[in-house]
Amino acid sequence: MSIFHQLTAKPWLTAQDTVETLHDRGTARKLALRVFLAVVTVLFMLLVVAYGRRMAFEDWRPSPQLGLLWANTFALVLSSVALQWAQFSVRRGHMDGMRVALLAGGAFTVVFLIGQILAWRQLGTMVYFDLANPAIAFFYLITGLHGLHLLGGLVAWGRTFAKVWGNFDAVRIRHSVELCTLYWHFLLGVWLVLFGLLFSGNNLDILLKLCGIR
Amino acid sequence: MSYVAHDESAFAPPAEVEEVELYHPKTWVGKYVWSQDAKVIAVQYAATAIGIGLVALVLSWLMRLQLGFPNTFSFIDPSNYLQFVTMHGMIMVIYLLTALFLGGFGNYLIPLMVGARDMVFPYVNMVSYWFYLFAVLLLTASFFVPGGPTGSGWTLYPPQAILEGTPGATWGIILMLVSLAFFIIGFTMGGLNYVVTVLQARTRGMTMMRMPLTVWGIFMATILALLAFPALFVSAIMMTLDVTLGTSFFLPALVSRGQQLAHAGGSPVLFQHLFWFFGHPEVYIVALPAFGIVSDLISVHARKNIFGYRMMVWAIVAIGGLSFLVWAHHMYVSGMNPYFGFFFATTTLIIAVPTAIKVYNWVLTLWRGNIHLTVPMLFAIGFVFTFINGGLTGLFLGNVTVDVPLSDTMFVVAHFHMVMAIAPILVVFGAIYHWYPKITGRMLNDTLGKFHFWVTFVGSYAIYYPMHYLGFAGVPRRYYAIGGTDFIPQSAHSLNVAITIAALVVGVVQVVFLYNLVWSYFKGRPSGGNPWNATTLEWQTPDTPPKHGNFGATLPVVYRWAYDYSVPGAVEDFIPQNVPPREVAGRNSSKT
Repeated sequence: MSIFHQLTAKPWLTAQDTVETLHDRGTARKLALRVFLAVVTVLFMLLVVAYGRRMAFEDWRPSPQLGLLWANTFALVLSSVALQWAQFSVRRGHMDGMRVALLAGGAFTVVFLIGQILAWRQLGTMVYFDLANPAIAFFYLITGLHGLHLLGGLVAWGRTFAKVWGNFDAVRIRHSVELCTLYWHFLLGVWLVLFGLLFSGNNLDILLKLCGIR
Repeated sequence: MSYVAHDESAFAPPAEVEEVELYHPKTWVGKYVWSQDAKVIAVQYAATAIGIGLVALVLSWLMRLQLGFPNTFSFIDPSNYLQFVTMHGMIMVIYLLTALFLGGFGNYLIPLMVGARDMVFPYVNMVSYWFYLFAVLLLTASFFVPGGPTGSGWTLYPPQAILEGTPGATWGIILMLVSLAFFIIGFTMGGLNYVVTVLQARTRGMTMMRMPLTVWGIFMATILALLAFPALFVSAIMMTLDVTLGTSFFLPALVSRGQQLAHAGGSPVLFQHLFWFFGHPEVYIVALPAFGIVSDLISVHARKNIFGYRMMVWAIVAIGGLSFLVWAHHMYVSGMNPYFGFFFATTTLIIAVPTAIKVYNWVLTLWRGNIHLTVPMLFAIGFVFTFINGGLTGLFLGNVTVDVPLSDTMFVVAHFHMVMAIAPILVVFGAIYHWYPKITGRMLNDTLGKFHFWVTFVGSYAIYYPMHYLGFAGVPRRYYAIGGTDFIPQSAHSLNVAITIAALVVGVVQVVFLYNLVWSYFKGRPSGGNPWNATTLEWQTPDTPPKHGNFGATLPVVYRWAYDYSVPGAVEDFIPQNVPPREVAGRNSSKT
């Protein structure tokens, strides 16, 4: 029933035919993940707004653009593709393919995270490095929070990966793989926005003007 | 009258989905300490919240002693005073009210009221409580670290919150920020549970629009909290980095105590925006559960269906949405663009509309109702009065031109204490008196309850009514002493003495309440399963207190909304939600 229909129901009228059946509890985990993703969206949205607002100041000094981030982004895209492949495989019952794809997804994620740490170190050794510069501080904060979310994802990924050997409940594994895939796609999307923001230097003038910030 | 349904299949098709297997603890520790039962977790949340709330109550006494009798108590110096103010505010708003309404009442009532055996994710629910407890312990630890807790005011505004000279600017502020971060992580786990349980674990027949308003209030408040707390989380992390690593998110270039600091380029106003983007929805995170609970209390104890149920639900949803559009009315004096001020004043006035609808509906529910002046009902009516008073002064303060001269005066303190301290606390008390019989199987003592209500209610007005006048007179808030300030008349000092005495009395009478809780647990009159003759599912459990799994062998099936009181044609003045239409005694009306 749509939200509109629900909100316009007349509950004081007792009708025999409005007794609904129990909800499918199998979808509870997916719903929980979606609600969580909404929370994470707000978190990163606020960071983006804070970053944009700070960019509008006259003394804004953008952080240097690290070429390594392109490679990291590519690794994260690959991890997302691999998980999509895992989801595709598990839905068709190709368990071997699912295992390989799941492993690849995790491996590319680890590569991404190592790449992010290398980027941190690279930035730390540059002459531009100055934590009092908000652009630098934002870089560490934003990439750090995004990385922590991926690390949390890796915990769920690890629990799933540990279960796909020997006898396992195929339906549960399918659910778990679907949840991991959704989470990875989401974090890839978030990263692309953040990457664009961090790599924009001082070139978001039009956007800032459109938002009324500058 | 028997409510045991037979031949249900004519009304309710068999369940299509099997029930979820519950976790069954085998040891006492598993049952009561590392518990995954929402009811036990609720009691854990409530006990912790009330415990830390008592600390905040004592802090308010100390503040009032200083204001009423300045230069009398040598152990209260200006730094202590600011620390008391800060910790009192933060504890009361976050660690008491938010935790009690959502963690306490949410955990206890959501599964029972929607007909679920437990929360959808019991393990995560348990972890949520332990994060909360850890957050409380971290906060408490700040009393014992060098420099003591932070004294920056509950809003924690930078730069002063982290600059030398502010009490607790070294350890205190860090513990506060880390504690908040843990609280938010813990709450997010609990909040996901509440939302998913309401959306996914309702029993058959429990449509969204048949849910009691208590569940609606907690549900919407949880959504608000899930979307608002990230702002506090982000700002807590950013400020922690400013303190520990020397970043400059919120700190501009400044000179402190004659020294140029290394910080440069931060924006203190950015913190204010982030804080109030959380801070204003926080008001409704506390208020919406109170709205929901008070709706149910009034309906049950006036033996009348709630007036305008759908409007009440819409108002809850509308308030929830609008609450994200009013935050900057806390920042009129921060130098914002006048057009922004106009916008936020307008949205603030608009949010008064659904709020007023709720007030009218409570009054209209009472109108010609069969009002039972039980203790829960007294507290509910007390809430309506108090909320109207606090809400009206909110309309004043929502206007820029009125707010600017009253900003940072005692008028603001009086306003927000009426609307989001006393009003919700009255609901908390009403709710405890109402649901205590279900939680323990015994009634709370009525005489002690009425004494508790009248002293608390009248005493609260004795505290906060005069405070409005102090605000008009220009008495500032957060001041350790107003001393010989010329424009403040001597009568303000006399008023401060009276307020302090009232505050001490109201505080002491809470001991009567605590005594009642303990005494009644052992000696209270046995309540039976449904002492208030209420319709909602928590009162229809086979056992009181409800056992693990809540509803015995089979889950109830819901046939009606939660407000079938005094239905024309029915023999009894209430029809529980799980009674099929054809089993209503004396049914001769289409209304049943």
